[in-house]
Amino acid sequence: MVEHRPLRAVASHLILIAGVAVVALPIYVAFVASTLSFDQVTTVPMPMLPGTQLVHNYSEVIAHGSTLGSKAPVGRMLWNSLIMALGVAIGKIAISILSAFAIVYFRFPLRRTCFWMIFITLMLPVEVRIFPTYKVVSDLGLIDTYPGLILPLIASATATFLFRQFFMTIPDELAEAARIDGAGPMRFFVDVVLPLSRTSIAALFVIMFVYGWNQYLWPLLVTTREDMYTVVIGIKRMVAGGDQATEWQLVMATAMLALLPPVAVVVLMQRLFVRGLVETEK
Amino acid sequence: MEKRVVFRSSWLPYALVAPQMAITLVFFFWPASQALFQSLLLQDAFAAKTQFVWFDNFRDLFNDPRYLASFRTTAVFSALVTVLGLSISLLLAVFADRVVRGARIYKTLLIWPYAVATAVAAILFVFLLNPTLGVVTHFLRAIGIDWNYLLNPTQAMILVVVAAVWKQISYNFLFFLAGLQAIPRSLVEAAAIDGAGPSRRFWTIVFPLLSPTTFFLMVVNVVYAFFDTFAIIDASTGGGPVQATTILVFKVYQDGTQALDLNSSAAQSVILMAIVVALSVIQFRYVERKVQY
Repeated sequence: MVEHRPLRAVASHLILIAGVAVVALPIYVAFVASTLSFDQVTTVPMPMLPGTQLVHNYSEVIAHGSTLGSKAPVGRMLWNSLIMALGVAIGKIAISILSAFAIVYFRFPLRRTCFWMIFITLMLPVEVRIFPTYKVVSDLGLIDTYPGLILPLIASATATFLFRQFFMTIPDELAEAARIDGAGPMRFFVDVVLPLSRTSIAALFVIMFVYGWNQYLWPLLVTTREDMYTVVIGIKRMVAGGDQATEWQLVMATAMLALLPPVAVVVLMQRLFVRGLVETEK
Repeated sequence: MEKRVVFRSSWLPYALVAPQMAITLVFFFWPASQALFQSLLLQDAFAAKTQFVWFDNFRDLFNDPRYLASFRTTAVFSALVTVLGLSISLLLAVFADRVVRGARIYKTLLIWPYAVATAVAAILFVFLLNPTLGVVTHFLRAIGIDWNYLLNPTQAMILVVVAAVWKQISYNFLFFLAGLQAIPRSLVEAAAIDGAGPSRRFWTIVFPLLSPTTFFLMVVNVVYAFFDTFAIIDASTGGGPVQATTILVFKVYQDGTQALDLNSSAAQSVILMAIVVALSVIQFRYVERKVQY
């Protein structure tokens, strides 16, 4: 603070509080709606204080889904989302740390080619090559499977680049010492590189978990069976039952369940998250 | 930059890059080349006859008023999302940078929307702004606004913009706050001693020094509005009413799944690819320039 002006400090706090309140409003309303009964939620205006149906609504959607829209249980969807998020996060980290290690610590023919092939994938999001990718996945018989959900999403270069940048900062002396001591490349990888990369891996994990959990378009295409829906898709299917028939208290309970895990990850691991965000964007 | 110390092995590096190469080839290069190839073909509805038509699909697209309208919609949408998203987050970041106490708490309270799925964000706003039940709709009615985004194209656009901006505020806020905290205090203090007031200091010192961050965020937000907002459109307005919110990436999907015009859809994908590549080039050139500073 350059000058001391208490009035201005108060004004700053007020603006920030207003910002926080506006940002939180949709979640608050969703939470309140998820604790009301069907009759309460359809009165206009809806009550603005939590009701008594919290346990009932949440156990209802987890076990049975909605009664009028999609009847798929949300518990199963949460499980699918978890598998997908973990699969994307772990898969992406695993394949990219290995290829980054190869590109940084080896000289081999085709090294440049590999580098550029990975580099180009940075540029094209899944959305623009969606139908041909769908065809590949369906030809491989991977529709409605976890690999079908996960594999196309881990074909991306961000993680590889992050690890490459990081490996460049590891002092050469460490590799030299390892070689003099007679350690092979994989020994060096496991004993030196992996422990040093712990924070980068964790930061990337947070980002990729959120990314995997929140996917929409791809699961929408690749899952046709209700028991393979992820929770983000499940919500959309519940609303699609027509405006009058939508049980908003159940939809909002599902929305809360869908946003809680990634929000918890980001808030609890805030430092790692911010670091991962800044690093993946260079 | 190259490593001085390297390991030697004739097969190990290939084994290490193999998984990523395999996935990239199967799920990236093959589909992307298929999209390119299909955009040059013309197939009838039953896929019985296929003809190589060079760039006819592209010519048809640029003669199609609906496609051009979708371009305009995307331009309006991404401009609104970028400008609103950046201004609101910059405002919040400036004040969060200014307060001495509680800055970290505000940060925590503002970053979590990043973790909410775009589709879920859309559903939250569909509920808030639902024509019959919405809480906000009720207030809008009370002040005399007849709100029904299902019928009114402008209101539909407002809905998707609000949902898209809400989701992106935290990202912009984080980068702006980091950018603000990197500005040397001494510069701002020197200006204060010279008698420059807060707004003068902001516009002549802070804002220009922040311009690399602003530019970076502009590109990121345009890319976000172009591609990542598919879920918002699909989960809220479904492109309607009457195409009012059909952005390009949604049209690719719509023409591929509902109109079953895969060749036109592929041609649209190729145009989108060109746009992303152009945006990435702008971003990389900017990054290079920043390195020279």
